[in-house]
Amino acid sequence: MSTTDPIHAIATKRWTIALILSVLMLVIYLGFILLVAFGKGLLSILLTQGLSLGILLGALTIVSCWILSLIYVFWANRSYDAAVAQAIAQAVARTTTPAGRKP
Amino acid sequence: MSGSNPLAILFFFVFIALTLVITYWAAKRTKTTEHFYAAGHGVTGFQNGLALAGDYMSAASFLGIAGLVALNGFDGLIYSTGWLVGWPIILFLIAEPLRNLGKYTFSDVVAYRLQQRPVRIAAVIGTMAVVLTYLIAQMVGAGTLVKLLFNLDYTLAVIIVGIVMMTYVLFGGMLATTWVQIIKACLLLGGAVVLAVLVLAQFGFNPMALFAKAAELNGKQVLEPGTKVVTGAWDAVSLGLALMFGTAGLPHILMRFYTVPDAKQARISVVWATIWIGGFYLITFVLGFGAMVLVGMKEVVGAGGGGNMAAPLLANAVGGSAFFGFICAVAFATILAVVAGLTLSGAAALSHDIWVNVVKGGQASEREQLQVARVAAVILGVCAIVLGIVFQGQNIAYMVGLTFSIAASANFPALIMAIFWRRFTTWGAVTAIVLGTVSTLVLLYCGPTIQVDILKNDIAEVSKQWWYFPLKNPCIITMTLSFLSGIVVSLLMPEPAAEAGFAEVERRAILGALAELGPPATKPAPAE
Repeated sequence: MSTTDPIHAIATKRWTIALILSVLMLVIYLGFILLVAFGKGLLSILLTQGLSLGILLGALTIVSCWILSLIYVFWANRSYDAAVAQAIAQAVARTTTPAGRKP
Repeated sequence: MSGSNPLAILFFFVFIALTLVITYWAAKRTKTTEHFYAAGHGVTGFQNGLALAGDYMSAASFLGIAGLVALNGFDGLIYSTGWLVGWPIILFLIAEPLRNLGKYTFSDVVAYRLQQRPVRIAAVIGTMAVVLTYLIAQMVGAGTLVKLLFNLDYTLAVIIVGIVMMTYVLFGGMLATTWVQIIKACLLLGGAVVLAVLVLAQFGFNPMALFAKAAELNGKQVLEPGTKVVTGAWDAVSLGLALMFGTAGLPHILMRFYTVPDAKQARISVVWATIWIGGFYLITFVLGFGAMVLVGMKEVVGAGGGGNMAAPLLANAVGGSAFFGFICAVAFATILAVVAGLTLSGAAALSHDIWVNVVKGGQASEREQLQVARVAAVILGVCAIVLGIVFQGQNIAYMVGLTFSIAASANFPALIMAIFWRRFTTWGAVTAIVLGTVSTLVLLYCGPTIQVDILKNDIAEVSKQWWYFPLKNPCIITMTLSFLSGIVVSLLMPEPAAEAGFAEVERRAILGALAELGPPATKPAPAE
């Protein structure tokens, strides 16, 4: 397949974004787990009465799942879906034109 | 709790009656394999999000985490976060390509451009290993819980769960299973929210006041990392990897993406699932500490079930016996929805992958496919009941970890390489799946989980053996092994046909059925 194929370009773009977001997720979660394993002193710090840094970071890990998912969905719904729709429209135009079905 | 709670039994029967009515309704609509496996692709993204949450949140998440937090404080929360982080991975890497490339099972995607027979047989090994270990964990959990909650005999409880679940799957297929999961998710989320509000009402709606009270009563270490759940750095990372990537290799979760009409709805359904499941796990913070303060650690331990009674006891403490009965019935519904999803995905693997694609070479009539799928569902249901009874009284806490570890080490690597790597081959896929499954089982057997916790060997003695593997969760090694073996075998034995097929995989992963439109494919678009 030629490198100018729009679908291949879309696939590369999607793969890149998906990979970046996945690595971010991995870093956030493994960071949290490694802090639990090695940073006991740090996570035990009380920020206010009843709230240790560990509990806050645990809750933020959950919130970060939401934020990363929403970033992906906003990108996919706007940019990705539009690019795919455009590629389909081009493909349809190319297949229907030679058939000569014009009024 | 001694003695049966009549309200719990009443709620339970209302749930069973309602779901059986739904099953009757669904059975009338389940005429084709499309309906049996994929609910006719007619489920919306929002509905599927709820159903995914219902399929995923097992009794271990609800009763298990509440109990872990009630007894250990902060350490229990490691599971709350771990069980959510797999969902964004599914969203970024799996959901949309899976929906576009496959039909009923994840093997459809792995086998897309590879040789059908060897890949499907390997994928079914991965699927069945996950489904059976998870079924054992759920059935034993079900028997123990129902005994505690309703004071029913263990064997009878396992048989009831098995028969009700088989009824959903056998007659109602995916449509009934979906609605059972949606109802369960609503009940579970609703019940948890009400419970959390009742708890927080006693602390001026300030969770920090609740945590402070817990620290005041039980010492400030309940808010700090302890040593009970995470024993070492490598164990922690290994468990983290298993939870994160295992979610993306669970066949019953992956199968749900075929119930929506297209890839965009698949995307929307993961986001809803992530919101519901994440919200639920945030609530478990409050439920766990609530049980620690309002019920008390001693009472939670005294109720039996290894802490599993924390949430129901909390319901009793803040809402009285009616609410206790309601939460018990919700816990039961939780188990039913998960085992129904598991059984359906196992039946799909046996009938769609093995019977239709391996034995019959892809040629089988609708009638025959449906019959085989139903026979497979009955076989799996009976297996679930028998395994549940055989494993009675065994320590099965490691089973859930094992399930996630196999899913992350066998199914996930094969799926990712099939979707994203051009040079992936048939034998690469077979090696990745089989080696991932076998190495997980072997290393778990040679590790502290089986040797020390189950077989009660002396750790000083056993750790001197040459075969001893020091990690409780082998995922960090086995997942790496699966990826590496898949890559090495693919590079050593190239498969030109598979490489040539990658362009179509790439197109179809993005366009779905529309991939038949336009160049380079020359076929006219089928009316799908």
